[in-house]
Amino acid sequence: MARVIFLEERCKGCQLCTAVCPKGIVVMTGSTNEMGYHPATVHEQDKCTGCGICALVCPDMVIEVEREEKAV
Amino acid sequence: MKKVFSRPRSLKDVPFHYCPGCTHGVAHRLVAEVIDELGIQDNVIGNAPVGCAVFTMDYFDFDMISAAHGRAPAVATGVKRVLPDRVVFTYQGDGDLAAIGTGEFVHAAVRGEKITCIFINNAVYGMTGGQMAPTTLLGQKTKTTPYGRDSEVNGYPIKVCEMLTPLDGAAYVARVAVHSPKAIIQAKKAIKKAFQVQINGLGFSLVEILSTCPTNWGLTPLEAVKWLDENMIPYFPLGEYKVPPAGVI
Amino acid sequence: MSKILMKGNEAIGEGAVRAGCRYFFGYPITPQSELTHYLAKRLPEVGGLFLQAESEVASINMVYGAAAAGARVMTSSSGPGISLMQEGLSFLAGSELPSVVVNLMRGGPGLGNIAPSQSDYFQAAKGGGHGDYHMIVLAPNTVQEMLDTMGNAFDLADKYRNPVMVMADGVMGQMMEPVDLGGDVRVEIPPKSWATTGMAHHAGKNVINSCLVIPEEMEELNLKLEKKYKEISQKEQVCDEYMLEGADIVLVAFGLVSRICMSAVEKARAMGIKAGLIRPVTLWPFPAGFIGKTADKTRAYLTVEMNMGQMIEDVKLAVCGRAPVYHYGRLGGMVPDVRDVLAEIKNLHEGDAGR
Repeated sequence: MARVIFLEERCKGCQLCTAVCPKGIVVMTGSTNEMGYHPATVHEQDKCTGCGICALVCPDMVIEVEREEKAV
Repeated sequence: MKKVFSRPRSLKDVPFHYCPGCTHGVAHRLVAEVIDELGIQDNVIGNAPVGCAVFTMDYFDFDMISAAHGRAPAVATGVKRVLPDRVVFTYQGDGDLAAIGTGEFVHAAVRGEKITCIFINNAVYGMTGGQMAPTTLLGQKTKTTPYGRDSEVNGYPIKVCEMLTPLDGAAYVARVAVHSPKAIIQAKKAIKKAFQVQINGLGFSLVEILSTCPTNWGLTPLEAVKWLDENMIPYFPLGEYKVPPAGVI
Repeated sequence: MSKILMKGNEAIGEGAVRAGCRYFFGYPITPQSELTHYLAKRLPEVGGLFLQAESEVASINMVYGAAAAGARVMTSSSGPGISLMQEGLSFLAGSELPSVVVNLMRGGPGLGNIAPSQSDYFQAAKGGGHGDYHMIVLAPNTVQEMLDTMGNAFDLADKYRNPVMVMADGVMGQMMEPVDLGGDVRVEIPPKSWATTGMAHHAGKNVINSCLVIPEEMEELNLKLEKKYKEISQKEQVCDEYMLEGADIVLVAFGLVSRICMSAVEKARAMGIKAGLIRPVTLWPFPAGFIGKTADKTRAYLTVEMNMGQMIEDVKLAVCGRAPVYHYGRLGGMVPDVRDVLAEIKNLHEGDAGR
């Protein structure tokens, strides 16, 4: 189980995250945030593996990644 | 669920002023993550440049000094000589470090000054509006090279890492990039090593980070990362140019 | 206390050490070289650091860093080197960093020469760097005072969080005089909770900065500085007077020239001319208050300077049209002769100046 949280009000719509997602689930929304950008988001959370690559390339720290901790 | 990726403590929770897709933000985050991981937030002093990154003083959550254009390595020298047990670094762009501040960073390296320079090379002046930088590539169009940089007129792009390598005082010199996930992982490793070199008292360390400037390159952020990969890396090869002897860090 | 013979440059160095200064960053230039030689030897003896920088530009920025880290720190130079430091001085003023800069003036403009001069008065007292700011400027006139003034310079710098310039000329740096080093030194350096020493060492995050992109905020900083400068101007004006009693021709001179003027005043008095001397010790704040009070009793002022007439402007502002102000100067590294200054005094006396 994993989840990505997009702080959409911080997103400048640069799309760098959309190009690196191995599952191709990061998409740009049609809505406009307060800064006037179309923010990125993920609708298909069930497909997210929590790899964090989208967060790694995001220049604006829009993305937080959560993952189920594995039992050791 | 556990948060596995969120804002580092050393970075304040404020939005960056940088343009969409500018990878300064990635570089800031990597520096902050390294400072967190090394547990030095309370003992680090950063020196901000003049240029887009002047506002690093507002973003990093630790003591910061705003230096005059190009002078951050001299300012950092003053701080480090007074407080040798603190970690002192500069964060400078290509105009700041490699044009107006050439004397300061070279001589900080010559002295083996135990400071770390984080050097952002995006081949253009950002804040002043897209003029030629010392690292602007041949043929690259900027506001002051509207026909492309011509070596007859403007000479050649400066290769900072290659220049520093022969200097005995330079202990760690690396060139990395922040345009792809793989490069970003490598970049963080280099930044961490640079700080460790300082903490272990081995001498001067510098990490050159190839970074994008979509706005002044006239490209979309996605085109910009591609442009960096195809144009900058062939001229500015990535890698560790100088490393301390094995086992010392 | 026995006296020892010291060069002015050495006295400045020893004065700095006695003031608790432990850091010097500088670049060689004549005629202040002996100061760097002295401190290169002396500072390591007291656990301090002498660092030769790659340029004056680097020196002043190392001073900026060391001051930001809370140290008592200084640099020194002469004419061309001080010109290179102007950017840094503006930054020191804007970021309110206490620091001491010594200028042993030489002939200019341009490369000029290494002979004594006072032609950097405007640069020191009126700015030199960009923006609205002031340095406190001190002008000793003996080797003893060069030593003593350093403690004062560092105290003022810390008290007001402001750069202080100690200004003399090349001759004073080279000149040897007996100096009383005084007794044990007790230095009290005030705590600097604002210094960027790392967050483990003070409360919260400290930032040293003069970059305020929002005009309202920059104006606020300017107003804060203005308030400070007004306070300095009210409290810190210092001048000496010599044979001013009943004087109707008043010479105004600082540094080395004030001593030449003392001789000229003595000779004039012996000839029955009522001459006197005011010697500004602080060039900024300029002792306008004291000079202004003498205006109604004075027939004429004569500023004697090793320049084309720079301090004369401040004397005129202080006198405010109540008496004529004349200037006599030697240029390009030439030192005024007592005989020539006396001739100027006689001219003014015989010419019925100001009547």
